[in-house]
Amino acid sequence: MTTAAIYAAAGILLVGIGLYRLVTTGDLLRRVVALNVASGGTGAVLVAAAWRAPPGPTDPVPHALVITGIVVVVSTTAVALALIRRLHDEEEPK
Amino acid sequence: MTDLALDPLGLLVVIPLLGALAAFAWPRGATGLSLLVGLANLAVAAALAVKVATVGPAHHALGGWGAPLGIDLAADGLSVLMLLMTAVIGLLVSFTAAAAFAATPGEDDAAARRRACFPPLWLLLLTGLNALFLSRDVFNLYVTLEIVALASVGLAVLSGTRAALEAGLRYLVASLLGSLLFLLGVGLIYSAYGRLDLDGLAALAAPAPVASAALVAMLAGLALKSALFPLHFWLPAAHANATAPASALLSALVVKGALYVALRLFTEVFAPADPLALLVGLLGAAAVLWGSLEALRAERLKLLVAWSTVAQIGLIFVAFALSGTIGSAAAWQGAVLLMLAHAIAKAAMFLAAGRIAEAAGHDLIARLDRATVRPGLALFAFGLATISLIGLPPSAGFVGKWLLMEGALTAGGWAWLAVALFGTALTAAYLARPLAAFLRFDRVRRPLADEYAWRLSDLPPLALALMAVAFGLVATQTLDLLAIGSPLGIAP
Repeated sequence: MTTAAIYAAAGILLVGIGLYRLVTTGDLLRRVVALNVASGGTGAVLVAAAWRAPPGPTDPVPHALVITGIVVVVSTTAVALALIRRLHDEEEPK
Repeated sequence: MTDLALDPLGLLVVIPLLGALAAFAWPRGATGLSLLVGLANLAVAAALAVKVATVGPAHHALGGWGAPLGIDLAADGLSVLMLLMTAVIGLLVSFTAAAAFAATPGEDDAAARRRACFPPLWLLLLTGLNALFLSRDVFNLYVTLEIVALASVGLAVLSGTRAALEAGLRYLVASLLGSLLFLLGVGLIYSAYGRLDLDGLAALAAPAPVASAALVAMLAGLALKSALFPLHFWLPAAHANATAPASALLSALVVKGALYVALRLFTEVFAPADPLALLVGLLGAAAVLWGSLEALRAERLKLLVAWSTVAQIGLIFVAFALSGTIGSAAAWQGAVLLMLAHAIAKAAMFLAAGRIAEAAGHDLIARLDRATVRPGLALFAFGLATISLIGLPPSAGFVGKWLLMEGALTAGGWAWLAVALFGTALTAAYLARPLAAFLRFDRVRRPLADEYAWRLSDLPPLALALMAVAFGLVATQTLDLLAIGSPLGIAP
């Protein structure tokens, strides 16, 4: 089993863990965290796709994809947190 | 930069993006700006359509870097139809939004926020959709899907009510999950083939186990985003609780974005295994049944219209089951026409439903026949849109269903024919509920003459509804345009 395959398998496992938590929890904040775990797994799969046999350099394209993916997840998480906070404020008016 | 400024493909992304930024930075002029940008976008889309119709498919390598390293934009007949659909519906919806969110004396903060936030969000959505329809690269498709998702969630929660916020959050989580599954598929594709552009993949794609896994992950993500049964759970609440212009955009355009990507992947990149095509078709059939039954039970008008979207999208997914058969070309043509027909009719219907709810003060179907104020033009627009959704001639819905059924007949798929026919009967049944309430007058006590109120904001839904009915008359020309560049394996 190559290093890349181990990372890819770990990534898919992370996606599975994130998905499982996402469907089993009703708590909004936990759902957002579960999505972040799953997206970490997706990132790991992409990073594993960049692996090349040792003498050669790694493939930079998946790295660029992962960085874009991280930016997307950070911004969507921010939107989700803002919505959760808004709902929370509506529940407990100051 | 100079070539970008002159190329319609680049302009279609740059104009709405700059418009969105300007509308965000200058809230006072945002409404006017959104109309201006909508008009400019329509002009460029029309110019591109003429160019594609006369010269052939258009192509542009951004910054002079071609695929596989750079990002290519390209437009064939299918892209052009989708771009035109977005431009026309978007412009008419912006007109309604301008009227619906217009400043009134003594308004609260929420009304001012809606007026200031709708234009930038809509223009951002337009940027994402235009880029989506022009992309020829799976990763680029992922990014555009994400832009569309963020803008749509913003539009869904614009009304600011608690129900809308809850529905919007559920929509955001579902949409983000769909994007993650899609991205996972992109990663698997790259590890299998080492490239991401659609044309290169189409040439390479020898069936590999990894490619099948990638297709399943991507299709699952897209099914979640386009609300294919049983992944539709987020749609009814999100679409029914948004403000009318936002619902119209979400139901008419946003759902079609994911559907478009699914169409492209299915027909151009992968040769999907039969069981998968069959599964998608069966889920589509289940969506027709479930969506229609829920629409029959819905108590609120907007909820009925939202459930109807689930059913109608299911019917379009039935075409996937016919891929690879001899009836596939007709079925795909039918699917594209149904996408266009549904977009136009559903936009009209949501805008009309918004006007009816505003005039009656509620949108409970059971009490609509007691409404003392009847917005005649909005009721008329709703009725016309009904004709296209049921699929009566000469509407676009009729031609689309006809072609889909012809495809099923040619391929010998009698079961699919039954699904389309039964779905039509169900559509007529649930849409008859609001129509019956509109037409019943005996419970109205006040004189009718002064109760047919109409406003400027009745005109966009009316225009859209007329378009939906008359669209079938130009179906031949539409199909000719669709065939340019042979998307979906349709021979010109």
